[in-house]
Amino acid sequence: MERETSAFQRIYTRLFQLTKATVSLKATGIGNEELAIVDGRLAQVVKIIGEMVTLQVFAGTEGIATNAEVVFTGKAPALRVGEDLAGRFFNAYGEPMDGGQILGQEREIGGPSVNPVRRKQPSELIATGIAGIDLNNTLVTGQKIPFFADPDQPFNQVMANVALRAKADKIILGGVGLTNDDYLYFKHVFDNAGALDRIIGFINTTENPPVERLLVPDMALSAAEYFAVEKQEKVLVLLTDLTLYADALSIVSNRMDQIPSKDSMPGSLYSDLARLYEKAVQFPDGGSITIIAVTTLSGGDITHAIPDNTGYITEGQLFLRKDSDVGKVIVDPFRSLSRLKQLVIGKKTREDHPQVMNAAVRLYADAANAKTKLENGFDLTDYDERTLGFASAYSEKLLAIDVNIDIDTMLETAYELFREYFSPAEVGIKQVFVDKYWKKEAATAAE
Amino acid sequence: MKTKGKVTGIIANLVVVETEGTAAQNEICFILHGDSRLMAEVIRITGNKVYVQVFESTRGLKIGTDVEFQGHMLEVTLGPGILSRNYDGLQNDLDKMEGVFLKRGDYTAPLDHERKFAFTPLASVGDKVEAGIWLGEVKENWMPHKIMVPFTFKGEYVVKEITAAGEYCIDDQMAVLTDESGRDHVVTMVQKWPVKVPIRAYREKPRPFRILETGYRVIDTLNPMAEGGTGFIPGPFGSGKTVVQHNLSRNAEADLVIIAACGERANEVVEVFTEFPELDDPRTGRKLIERTTIIANTSNMPVAAREASVYTAMTIAEYYRSMGLRILLLADSTSRWAQALREMSNRMEELPGPDGFPMDLPAIISNFYSRAGIVYLNNGETGSITFIGTVSPAGGNLKEPVTESTKKAARCFYALSQQRADSKRYPAIDPIDSYSKYLEYPEIAEYLNSTIADNWTDNVLEAKDILLRGKETYEQINILGDDGVPLDYHLKYWKSELLDFVILQQDAFDPIDQRCPLDRQHFMLDQALDICRKEFEFESFEEVAPWFKEVINLLKQMNFAEFNSEDFERYGKLLADKLTEREAKAEDEDEKAA
Repeated sequence: MERETSAFQRIYTRLFQLTKATVSLKATGIGNEELAIVDGRLAQVVKIIGEMVTLQVFAGTEGIATNAEVVFTGKAPALRVGEDLAGRFFNAYGEPMDGGQILGQEREIGGPSVNPVRRKQPSELIATGIAGIDLNNTLVTGQKIPFFADPDQPFNQVMANVALRAKADKIILGGVGLTNDDYLYFKHVFDNAGALDRIIGFINTTENPPVERLLVPDMALSAAEYFAVEKQEKVLVLLTDLTLYADALSIVSNRMDQIPSKDSMPGSLYSDLARLYEKAVQFPDGGSITIIAVTTLSGGDITHAIPDNTGYITEGQLFLRKDSDVGKVIVDPFRSLSRLKQLVIGKKTREDHPQVMNAAVRLYADAANAKTKLENGFDLTDYDERTLGFASAYSEKLLAIDVNIDIDTMLETAYELFREYFSPAEVGIKQVFVDKYWKKEAATAAE
Repeated sequence: MKTKGKVTGIIANLVVVETEGTAAQNEICFILHGDSRLMAEVIRITGNKVYVQVFESTRGLKIGTDVEFQGHMLEVTLGPGILSRNYDGLQNDLDKMEGVFLKRGDYTAPLDHERKFAFTPLASVGDKVEAGIWLGEVKENWMPHKIMVPFTFKGEYVVKEITAAGEYCIDDQMAVLTDESGRDHVVTMVQKWPVKVPIRAYREKPRPFRILETGYRVIDTLNPMAEGGTGFIPGPFGSGKTVVQHNLSRNAEADLVIIAACGERANEVVEVFTEFPELDDPRTGRKLIERTTIIANTSNMPVAAREASVYTAMTIAEYYRSMGLRILLLADSTSRWAQALREMSNRMEELPGPDGFPMDLPAIISNFYSRAGIVYLNNGETGSITFIGTVSPAGGNLKEPVTESTKKAARCFYALSQQRADSKRYPAIDPIDSYSKYLEYPEIAEYLNSTIADNWTDNVLEAKDILLRGKETYEQINILGDDGVPLDYHLKYWKSELLDFVILQQDAFDPIDQRCPLDRQHFMLDQALDICRKEFEFESFEEVAPWFKEVINLLKQMNFAEFNSEDFERYGKLLADKLTEREAKAEDEDEKAA
């Protein structure tokens, strides 16, 4: 760790209180949120009452003695930013893992928010080739969206695919409690795709202390702001897994004797998460920050405080689900949502996109009802049978995560399926679109 | 002489200040941190310790920093030039701030002091006036903006001088008023008012007696919102709260719309900034932004200012209500405001109420909702604030403190259902759970029946009944199977589906369908009920669904077409044919049977 102690800085050597995550001592002239080094470990001021200063020690307090050396740096946490961030991996403190230096200037992390009137409305589509995303839940630059997934689902793989296909200028990976295997997976995928020079990683693995994780998203987002604001680049930030970030928050708040709210989470969870996610922005001069995050769920429970608060902050969420009928992992069309899709579908894509998307999902819902009927032992009507056929084909050809086609092909595929199983009246889209895109001979055949 | 103090404790944005002087609850103070002045509000006083919540980040703040108390509560500045502005929660003009990022301690003037307004006097020398009486008016955008006797003036005054018509700045003298003790007071176009105190410069607040048209069928037809009424929209995330709010702000029949974006997504505010200057106000032909003011405290802006933002918005609404205008105030979301209260209560180590919220949460919420309402002003005119708040219940569970407290305070309940949202039945307002208490008000029923149609309220109740019975039969069909129930059940179910698809569902993104005026709602409800009242004969249940789908499809095409246009008439004709054909078939069969 780089230590910037100067001769005139006072060294404190008497700790008053120690918990697993915090230390308290008497000190004067200390600024709120400033950094200190406690026994060689980085710490941050979280509370000052009179002369009593409480510090949160990122690496934990194991082995720290009451006579440990404490030096205050007089600075808030910062990251050195410059072009040479690209292609490199850093730890949670923003120190290059390759041992080298960064030549840029220092930036405080967790800085101020963008004035809302200086934002531009996001309007640039991000094509991923995955129809479950592009057709039903289209992503837009400047958007923030998480995967809500159980730990066993392949969210990191899907995220890596999305990142590589997204045509971003920079991809910044914030690994929050990533397993070492997943960290190496990301590294290999990006390396194999020849994209490593566009990648920047801030990595805290499960081997590192949990409280250190609190720094990772801010580090990643500060780097993103540098490239988006100063270089007008399109930056994609991947944060995985923010459930572990929230867990780290609850550890600290617990050590500080705060009253927990729902699910033992701190009462400020909403604001804490919003502070990160709201860094997603489209600037008028072309720079943008798009955030794709992962929130792991426990048993698919989205009412837990972490996914629940996340859902209220982000612009939609993506759910993965294994469809046992076709044996593939699909993007769940019911529970997934991209709030910003309205800004591009039917505008940047073909005019009938919104109606086709809604019709297909509605028919898929009819299939789900038919399936319930079947399970309850009732006879199916002819319509029910057709919806079931449609559902399998739709799942296989459009919802599965291994699909990689462009959006026009997705729309054509949807019409193919409509024609095969339904009449135009059953699909219920605007007549003008039926006339234009529903192939004539097939339409008459269906009637 | 202002009270001074020094910082002695810092816990996130809660700061403890020690002072020897006097300080008041809710008083504003500034913490002099380096070059910046951080605004804060007193929230508790114990001995010489004053607890303040800082409206900014406290990063770098040190013990011993000087604090200056201001001697007044959090105030807004009221005067011409508020319309179309984008304010933060403390009424700073966001457009006047420099740079891409918000700078701490950067406070900008809410009004333009150089801009000239054309003033016309309404009062004359010698008039007896009181607080809220109109002295004159200026043109603000298209709207006559009244210059009033300041709300802080108590008792009766006599107009001593009134400025002649002409162009003036807001700080110019508009009138001189003499109070009962003979002292003169100068009145300009600007006045200040503390946001947490309701403006009560009106004669009477009656029960709401007419409705506020919103363009939403499921609201206007089935659960009407009264002008001056209150309502709330709870719903899990992804159920379409924001879309509903945005459409209300676009289409509602209000003179002025104030949007308090309280702890919500910045991109949603940007949508309003970007689209409203482009969109036409269907009533005036001007741009929507001209009747809209935004108070933005997005979720990444300082938490303490979130609470202030809803009060700032309400106070501005009350100001314009005093001019005899119809105001629609939307707050998205009041849950974020409650959470801000919870964060502070937590930091002050108060004993928590349910879910960690402060014990007085229900009182705070009902107090706030009670500031809405239609009023008779002192000059006999009416003005109104219709308030609709959204609630974001944790985990989508409506049995949580914010939803429960709000339910007690608001008269309309528009429940967004996850199930409806999942099956893309938008707006996902649940037809069974939602209610409007105003439908039970005799004065509202009378208003509806006299303005829309004699039998309107009966029809609405009939429609609600069909929907409820449809839901019940659907459950029966699910239990007993399609062929395990009489054919009649299928008919009942599909009649309710018809109402669902044609009346309840509405495409918020379709240029025509997104706004459905009352006369059109009247027409469509009559059409739909006509079909529901008819008896149709079917051979088997399998015929029912396809036939109704075709009927629904035709009615939907009518919804998408311009009212009474050629297309509209054509689909109407097709529909009529379809119905006669089915009836004829039924008659044929009757004859055969005979």
